[in-house]
Amino acid sequence: MQWLDIIVQGALVGGLYALFATGLSLIFGVMRLVNLAHGDLIVLAAFLSLACVQHLGFSPALSLAIVVPGMALLGYAMQRVMLNRTLGGDILPPLLVTFGLSIVIQNTLLEAFSADSRKLHFGGIETASIRLLPGVSIGWYPLIVLLAAVVVIGGLQLALYRTRLGAAMRATSDDPVTVRLMGVDNRHLFALAMAASLSVCAIAGVLMAGWTNFDPLSGPERLLYAFEAVIIGGLGSLWGTLAGGMILGIAQSVGGAFDPGWQILAGHLAFLVVLSATPRGLFPRMAD
Amino acid sequence: MSVPLLATRGLTAWYGDFQALFGINLDVREGEVIALIGANGAGKSSVLKAVCGLLPVARDSVRFAGTLIGGMDAHRIVRRGIAMVPEGRKLFPSLSVEENLRLGAYAARPGPWSLDRVFSLFPILAERRDAPATSLSGGQQQMAAIGRALMANPRLLLCDEISLGLAPIVIRDVYAALPSIRAEGTSLIVVEQDISQVLRVAQRVYCLRKGRVVLEGSSDGLAREDIRMAYFGM
Amino acid sequence: MSTFVATAGRPARARQAARAFALTAIAALLLGLPWWGTAWLGRAVEIAYMLSLAMLWNLLAGFAGVVSIGQQAFVGLGGYALFALVILAGVPPLAALPLAGVVAAVVALPVALLLFRLRGPHLAIGSWVVAEVFRLVAAQISALGGGSGQSLPVAAVRGIARSRSAREAITYFIALALAALCLALVWGLLRARQGLGLTAMRDSEAAAASLGVNVRRLKLTVFVAVAGATGLLGALIFLQTLRISPDAAFSVTDWTANVIFIVVIGGIGTLEGPFAGTAVFFLFRGLFAGFGGWYMIALGALAILVMLLAPAGLCGAVSHRFGVTLFPMRRRLGTAPAAAPGLPTASPN
Repeated sequence: MQWLDIIVQGALVGGLYALFATGLSLIFGVMRLVNLAHGDLIVLAAFLSLACVQHLGFSPALSLAIVVPGMALLGYAMQRVMLNRTLGGDILPPLLVTFGLSIVIQNTLLEAFSADSRKLHFGGIETASIRLLPGVSIGWYPLIVLLAAVVVIGGLQLALYRTRLGAAMRATSDDPVTVRLMGVDNRHLFALAMAASLSVCAIAGVLMAGWTNFDPLSGPERLLYAFEAVIIGGLGSLWGTLAGGMILGIAQSVGGAFDPGWQILAGHLAFLVVLSATPRGLFPRMAD
Repeated sequence: MSVPLLATRGLTAWYGDFQALFGINLDVREGEVIALIGANGAGKSSVLKAVCGLLPVARDSVRFAGTLIGGMDAHRIVRRGIAMVPEGRKLFPSLSVEENLRLGAYAARPGPWSLDRVFSLFPILAERRDAPATSLSGGQQQMAAIGRALMANPRLLLCDEISLGLAPIVIRDVYAALPSIRAEGTSLIVVEQDISQVLRVAQRVYCLRKGRVVLEGSSDGLAREDIRMAYFGM
Repeated sequence: MSTFVATAGRPARARQAARAFALTAIAALLLGLPWWGTAWLGRAVEIAYMLSLAMLWNLLAGFAGVVSIGQQAFVGLGGYALFALVILAGVPPLAALPLAGVVAAVVALPVALLLFRLRGPHLAIGSWVVAEVFRLVAAQISALGGGSGQSLPVAAVRGIARSRSAREAITYFIALALAALCLALVWGLLRARQGLGLTAMRDSEAAAASLGVNVRRLKLTVFVAVAGATGLLGALIFLQTLRISPDAAFSVTDWTANVIFIVVIGGIGTLEGPFAGTAVFFLFRGLFAGFGGWYMIALGALAILVMLLAPAGLCGAVSHRFGVTLFPMRRRLGTAPAAAPGLPTASPN
C-alpha cells in the first residue's frame, strides 16, 4: 500500500506541474516561443498574492481576483511591447530577451521581498484530507489543485476548439502569414495568447504558494518542471501536458521515497529517459 | 472614364536586397477579370502580395476604392475588401474544411457569400465539411481555398496560380466557378503561368517579365504570337 | 577576361606594421603583469576566463547555431574532474588541468547526442536540465564534499608552487594561455574550410546542407570542442579559488547569464564582440558594485534593450557604421593579373 500512496501523491503533484506547464505549452503552440521567464512569472504571481494578503488583508483565494487580471494585463503588454518584436525566424532574440527578463524579475523580487522563503496560508484546507484506502489518504488541497488543472485545461481546449478566436489561434499556429489574409491581427492574437498564458501562471503561482515554500529564486526550477512536463507529455497537446506533469510528479515521488536527496534528480532523469526514447513525447500532436 | 477599383502606379517591391518589381502600372475596373501572366519569377505573385499587404510597398503605389493602401497591414486590407487565394492553397491543416471556411469570414464583412452559398458553389466541400482540410484532393483543396477567400466577401479577389499542380479536368472544374463569382459583382485578378485557361475568362491581360509589364491589352485583341514573345522575351 | 581569385583581405603595409607594434606592446604588458601589477593578477585571471567563456559560447551559439544555457554543466564538470583527480587519484593539479578538459569533452559527446534530439529553444532548456542533473549528482558525492563542497588539500596546493605569489603568477599565465588558445581555436576554425561551413550554416542551415556541409557532424564537433575547452576553464577557475561546491560550480548566473550578457552586449556572431562585451561587463561591475541586486537588474535590462534595439551588439553596430573589424574574416574577391597586355589589373585591398 505504501507504494500506491507514493504514486498517488506523485500524481496529485502532477496537477500542479500541469498548471505550471499549460501556459508554456500554449505559447509554444501558438507562436513557437519558449518563455524562459515563465517560471519567474509564476513566482511573481505568488509574491503578488502575498502582497495582497499582507497589505490589503485579502485571503489568498480572494487575491486571485487581483492577481489573475493583473498578470493577464502584464502578459498582453509584455507581448505587444517587447516580445512581438522578437518573433520571426531567428531563435536567439526571444530566448535572450526572455532570459534577460528572467534575471530582471528574479533580482527585482529579491530587492522587493528579500531572499527569505515564504508560504501562503489558505487555512485548514491545507491539512485536511480524505482516506481513500488504508494507507492512501488524499489531501483536499492537492485534490483542489488537480481539479483546477483539469478545469483550466478543459476550458482552454473548449476555447481552442469551439470558439472563433480559438480557431484563429490554431490557424496562426499552422501558418502565421496566411492567417493575416483572413483578417486576423497577429500582434493582437499573440498578445491575447500571452495574456491567457500569464493568467494560468497566476493561478499556478497562487496555488503553488499555498502548497510549498517559495522565494525569489524559485523561478528557474518551476520552468524546468513545466518544460519537462510539456516534453514528456508531447508537444501540442494540453491533456498530454497533464499526463506529463503526473509522470514527472510520480517519478519525483518514487525517487524521493528512496532518498530525499534524489527527489528532484529522479524527475530530471525520467525526463532524460523519455527524451532519449521518444523525443516527441508520449502524446504528441504537433508537427513541430 | 470610370475610376478603376484597383490601381497601381510605379509599384516597386523588394525582397531584402533583391528587387522584384520595377514600377508596375496596373488597373482593375469594377467587375473585370484581369489575367496576370508571365514565366516563373516574373513577379506576378509579388504584385498580388503587394496588393494584399503581405509585401511592404510605398503607400501611394497602390490605390483601392479611392484609398491609398500601399504597405497597409494585410489584416486591415482584408477588411477593406481584398481577399487572396494564396499560391499553394495554404489551407490550415489543424482545422477542418468548415473551420477553414468559417475562418475566412473572420473579418465579418457583409455580402452574398455565406457558408451555404460556398457549399452550393462547391458541393464537394459540403460533403467533406468535417474532414481535416489537408486530407482533400488537390482540386478540392483549391476549391476550399477559393471558398475561404470568398467568405470574406471581397470586392476584389486575387487568385495566385490556382491551377498549379492540378490535372486539366480538375482545372476546368475550378475555373468553372469563376463566372459565378463574377456574377456576384466581385472583380478578379488571376495569376497564371499556364495561359490557355485564363485567357478564356479574362477580359484584359497583363504580361510580366523580370518585374516589368511587357504587354497589356484585351484578351481577344492580342495575338497569341505577341503574347508568347512577351512571355519569353524573344 | 580577368580571373577572380579569392584572397584574404590584406591591410596596407603601414597598417600592418602599426598592428604588429600594437600587438607586441600589448603582449609585453600582459606577460609582464606579475611584476608590474601583482594586485591585478586575480582580476586579470577572472577577465581572461570570462573572455574565454564568452568566445566559446559565441562560437557555439553565434556561429554553430547551438544555443545552450547549460554550459555551466561543463564548467562544473571540469572543476570537479580536477578536484577528483587531485584528491582521489593524487594527480598533480597542473597535470590534472588538461585531463579535466578531456573528461569534459568525453562526457560532452553522449550529452550532445541526447540534446540534439531537441531543437532550438527546447535544446536550450534541455541543456539547463543536464546542468541541473550534474549539480544534483555532484551534491550526492560525499567523497568530494557533497552539498557543501570541498577545498583543495594543502599538499596539492603547495605542489603547484612554493609561494603564493608564484602560484598566482602560474595561474595567471595559464589563464592567458587558455584565452589565447580559445582565440586561436575560434579564429582558426572560422578561417579554415570548416569555418566557411559554419558561417554558411549560421546564415542558412538548409542551404549549407544542400551544399554538402555535414551540418550535424559540424555542430557535434563544435559542441564537444567547446565543452572540452569550457571544462578546462572550469578546472582553472576552481584551481584559482582552491575550493569547489555544487552551487558555485554549476551556477547559472556566473557561467551562463553573465557570459550570455557579455556576448550579446558585445555583439553576437562577431570575433570582437566578446572582447567588447567583457570590457563593458567588468566596467559595469566596477561602477555598480555597491548597488547589490540592482546591478543584475541593470545588466539584464541592458541585454534586453540591446537584443530589441541593436541585436548586432556593440561591435556589430560599429562594423555596420564604420566598416571596421578588428579581426578581418571576410574574403574579398580580387582580380588576378590578366595574361593579355593592356587589360587592367587591380590589386586587392
